[in-house]
Amino acid sequence: MSGFIARRLLQGLVVLVLVATVVFFLGRLTGNPADLMLPEDATAEDRQRLIEALGLDGSLFKQFVAFISSALKGDLGTSLRMRQPAIDVFLSRLPNTLAIIPWALLLAMVVGIPLGVVAALHRGRLLDRAAGTIAVLGIATPSFWLGIVLIFLFSVELGWLPSGRMGGPEHYVLPVITLGAFLTAGFMRLTRSSMLEVLESEYVKLARIKGLSESVVIWKHCLRNALIPVLTLWGVFVGNLITGAIVTETVFAWPGVGRLTYEAVIYRDFPLLQAIIILKAILILTINLVVDILYAYVDPRIRVN
Amino acid sequence: MRSTPWICILVIVTMVFMAVFAPLLTPYSPIDQTLRDKLLPPFWLEGGSMKYLLGTDAFGRDILSRLLYGARVSLIVATLALTAGGGVGLVIGIVAGYLGGTVESILMRLVDAAFTFPAILFALLLAVTMGQGLGTLVIAISLLLWASFARVIRGEVLALKQRDFVALAKVRGCSEPRIMLTHILPNVLSTFMVLVTLNIGVVVIAEASLSFLGAGIPPPTPSWGLMVSEGRGRIADAWWVSLIPGLAITALVLSVNVFGDWLRDRLDPRLRQL
Repeated sequence: MSGFIARRLLQGLVVLVLVATVVFFLGRLTGNPADLMLPEDATAEDRQRLIEALGLDGSLFKQFVAFISSALKGDLGTSLRMRQPAIDVFLSRLPNTLAIIPWALLLAMVVGIPLGVVAALHRGRLLDRAAGTIAVLGIATPSFWLGIVLIFLFSVELGWLPSGRMGGPEHYVLPVITLGAFLTAGFMRLTRSSMLEVLESEYVKLARIKGLSESVVIWKHCLRNALIPVLTLWGVFVGNLITGAIVTETVFAWPGVGRLTYEAVIYRDFPLLQAIIILKAILILTINLVVDILYAYVDPRIRVN
Repeated sequence: MRSTPWICILVIVTMVFMAVFAPLLTPYSPIDQTLRDKLLPPFWLEGGSMKYLLGTDAFGRDILSRLLYGARVSLIVATLALTAGGGVGLVIGIVAGYLGGTVESILMRLVDAAFTFPAILFALLLAVTMGQGLGTLVIAISLLLWASFARVIRGEVLALKQRDFVALAKVRGCSEPRIMLTHILPNVLSTFMVLVTLNIGVVVIAEASLSFLGAGIPPPTPSWGLMVSEGRGRIADAWWVSLIPGLAITALVLSVNVFGDWLRDRLDPRLRQL
C-alpha cells in the first residue's frame, strides 16, 4: 500500500512540474514576461527593477530555476489588479467554490446514477429513450448558456430564485444545477452502458439462480460493479468541475476561484492567472491522490496494477 | 441498428451552407451598428418586424446576420483545431503504439497528464500571453484534443501491430517509418474519422466557452459564444440577444453528436465505449 501511495505521489509531482514548465514557457512566448506583469502605467525604471527582482535578466534556464524555487517557497507572484500576493487572493476565494462543488457532485450522483440504472433496465423502451434524450441534451448544452436560460426562466420570468451572488440556500439552486448538469448526463450514460454489461455477466445470472430478489440483484450486485467505470473516471470529473466552475461562477457572479479565473483573463492579470493554474493543478492532483488511495483501500486489485 | 438521423444531417448541412454562403445570405453587415434600431425583438414578438427576422442586439446589429457569420467562425475553428489537434494525436498514437518501449511510456505518461489537467486553463493563459485571435484559439483547442486521439489510436495500433501484413512488411525489409506510414496509417483512418466526428461538438462548445470568457476570437467578429456573452446583461428586457445564439450552439452540437454516434456504430462498432 505504501508503495502504491509513493508511486502515485511521484506521478502527481511529475504532472505538477509539467504544468509549471508549460506555464513558464507560455509566459515567455511573447518576449519578456515582465511586460505581462506590469501595470499599464509602469515606467521604464519599474520595468528594469522588476526584471532584476525576478531574475528575468539571466538565462532562460536560470529564470526557470528561480521561478520554481520561489514557487516552492509559496511565492506565486502578485496580482496586478488587486496588488496582493496571488496565492492569498486565490485562498480567500477558494471556500466559495468548495461550497458549490460537492452539491453539484451530489446532484450528478443522486440523479444521474439511478437514471442510468433505470434506463439500462428498460433498454430500448420509452423510459430508456427519454433518459437518453435528456443525456444527449445535457451534453450538447454549453453550461454558460444553460445558466442564462435558467436565470431567464426562474429569476426573470417566474421570479422564484435569485439570479446570482452568494446568499441563503436559494442562491445555490441555479448554480448547482448549471454546474452539475453536464456531469449528471455523463454519469447517466456511463452507468447505463456499464450496467448493461454487468447485467449480462455470469455472477448476476448466479445471483438470480440463487433466488435472490430482483431488487437485491440489481441495486446490490449489479450497481456496485457497474459503478467501477464511473469511479475510475473520477479524475476527469474533478477537472470538469473545476473548469465548469469558471463558467458557472461567471454567469452567476459567484465570488469563487472560477470567477477569479475569468477576472484574471479579462483584466489580463497574468501573474494571477499563472498562480491560479498552478494552484488548481495542486488542488486537482491532491483530490485525485486522496480518491486513489481510498479507492485502492476499497478495491485491492488496484494496488497491484 | 439505429435509423439514419436525417434531421441531424439536415441541421448540419444547413449550418455548413449558412457558414459557406454567409455573405450572400445575410441582409445586413454583421459588424456595422445601426443604433436607432437597437434591441428590436424577433418578428413574432410585439414590436418586431420582418426587417430583422431574429431581432437586433444592443448595437442595432442584425442577429440573423451575426448568427450566419458566427457559423463560419465555429466551422473554421473546428476544421483547423481538429486537423491540428487530431493530427498530432494521430501521429503520437501511431508512434507510441508501434514503437512501444520507452518512447511509448513517455508519450503515454504525457497523455495521462493531459487528461488529469484541464486544457482549458492553458487556453485561457494563451489568450492572455499571445493575445486573442484565430491562431491562439486553434492552438488552445488543439491542446484539448490531442490526448484523447492519441489514446484511442494507440489502442488500435497495438492490435494492428500483431497482424500478418505487418510481419510480412518487416520480413520484406520495410523501414519502420515506412510501415507506420503505408501499413498502419491507412488502417486507423476510419477510427480517426469517427474520432473527428465525435469531437466536433467538443470543439464547438470549447470555442463558444472561450469566446464567452473573453478568450476567443476578438470582437466585433461574431462568434456564437461571444453573442451569448454580449446579451447576458440584457436577459430581462431582450432575451433573444443571448438565447438565440445559444440555441444554435446546442442544435449544432446535438446534431453532430447524434450523427457521430451513428457513424461510429456503422464504421467502427468496437469504439462503443467512447
